[in-house]
Amino acid sequence: MPSNSSTKALRLWQVLLAAALLALWYVATSPTLLPPIYFDDPNKAAFFFGEPLKVFERIWDWFATGTIYAHLWVTLLETLLAFVLGTALGLAIGLWLALAPTASALLDPYIKALNSMPRVILAPIFAVWFGLDIGSKVALGVTLVFFIVFFNVYQGVREVSFTVVANARILGASDRQLLRHVYVPSAMSWVFASLHNSVGLAFVGAVVGEYLGSSRGVGYLILQAEGTFDINAVFAGILVLTAFALLLDWGVTLAERRLLVWQPRGGETEKI
Amino acid sequence: MTAAVPALALENVTVTFVSPDGGRYTAVRDTTLRVEPGEFVSVVGPTGCGKSTLLNVAVGLLQPSSGRVEVFGAPLAGLNAKAGYLFQTEALMPWRTARANVTAGLEFRGVEHGEALARADEWLQRVGLRGFGARYPHQLSGGMRKRVALAQTLILDPQIILMDEPFSALDIQTRQLMENQLLELWSANRKSVVFITHDLEEAISLSDRVVVLAAGPASHPIGEFAIDLPRPRDVAEIRLTPRFIELHTLIWHAMKEEVLKSYAQQQLH
Repeated sequence: MPSNSSTKALRLWQVLLAAALLALWYVATSPTLLPPIYFDDPNKAAFFFGEPLKVFERIWDWFATGTIYAHLWVTLLETLLAFVLGTALGLAIGLWLALAPTASALLDPYIKALNSMPRVILAPIFAVWFGLDIGSKVALGVTLVFFIVFFNVYQGVREVSFTVVANARILGASDRQLLRHVYVPSAMSWVFASLHNSVGLAFVGAVVGEYLGSSRGVGYLILQAEGTFDINAVFAGILVLTAFALLLDWGVTLAERRLLVWQPRGGETEKI
Repeated sequence: MTAAVPALALENVTVTFVSPDGGRYTAVRDTTLRVEPGEFVSVVGPTGCGKSTLLNVAVGLLQPSSGRVEVFGAPLAGLNAKAGYLFQTEALMPWRTARANVTAGLEFRGVEHGEALARADEWLQRVGLRGFGARYPHQLSGGMRKRVALAQTLILDPQIILMDEPFSALDIQTRQLMENQLLELWSANRKSVVFITHDLEEAISLSDRVVVLAAGPASHPIGEFAIDLPRPRDVAEIRLTPRFIELHTLIWHAMKEEVLKSYAQQQLH
């Protein structure tokens, strides 16, 4: 672990870097500060890259008037639904295939094919099947989350130590108890290990789905802004999404700490 | 000894493994091993002589290719419900705390939760782990994990305890502590024990009887020695008594001679 003072210095540098980037953005896109070097029209830089002050003004506006909350809520709901459904499906099918070698051998090429297919391309089909409401976004997110969880569960079950299984059986575990007390916990540890990935992809599914056609959500806001060449609103949407993604990721880290207490962490010391 | 029904009897057991490419490997051949109720038997032999195979047959994880396994006179079908098994490698469930690992067997058998917890605490105390119940296996040392495993097995009060080199991964001091603790627990409530080890000293200091296996493949017992050392024993002190040294010399010579003999026979074939 770095010492406290060096951590503080690091944080300071990170803030300074952000400030420098913002300053660069501001100076380079302001129509009046710099003579036009690359663009012939001094307003063109702002047209392509937006202006930070206006971007922040827009974000402020969204939150002050409260218009953003409904969109954020929809995006969050889609993300959570996609995550929960994708995880449940991946867990169930992963467990089933890992414990049924024949079915696993039979389905292997299909799973591989489905996994290697660029699944974003399914969005238009889902839009037809489930409409432009949240259903199609959740479906897209589920296809993304499913495979991550599926492969982790599959691996998790395969990697359970033979000794642990044999020991549980000798201690009297029935097949059901073996599943519940040995295979599922082992698989869950792999699922939790991929939690960051799967939550991230659920979020991608939601936003991409919204962007491809929707009537609500942050992706929809960005789509609308793009349609009217409102580049500041596009950037504002991107920043809000990024902040939101960071919040989600932080939530996952908190959940992980609670759920994986039994796993050793690097450099862990005696707990008294 | 002939009148009583043995707790565990392997009769003419042969175990042949077939590998996917059609190769055959006979780990154990025509082995007969009987363990009386309350008897502590050690099986010694060089590494790779099929000691673990015998235990896996006894507990029902492996079906013998030929021969019979009987538990208190009844032929064994499926897993041996009267046996507890202490593995050489880590067998605790890492996602369960020490206490939850100890209660696992009771939980599987449907014992009421509160009672299971009370009995687990009792056992944790008995193996010297009072106050460590809330820890996860990775937060315990190797010796502590072995004690948890011991408590996990013994809490079910098995009539037969099968131990596969349980202490071989421990340092010598911890090992002697564990051996003494095992003897203490065993003498408080005498069960049949089959203790597998490659360490002759450990075998003599713990057992009533030592069975020597020949080197594999196609291993079989080549000698049997009654250990008439007085109990209770302290495993560290008993090693210094003249009778121990006598027995050790005797068994060691037999072992060496027989192993060399069987080796020579294998060379001839």
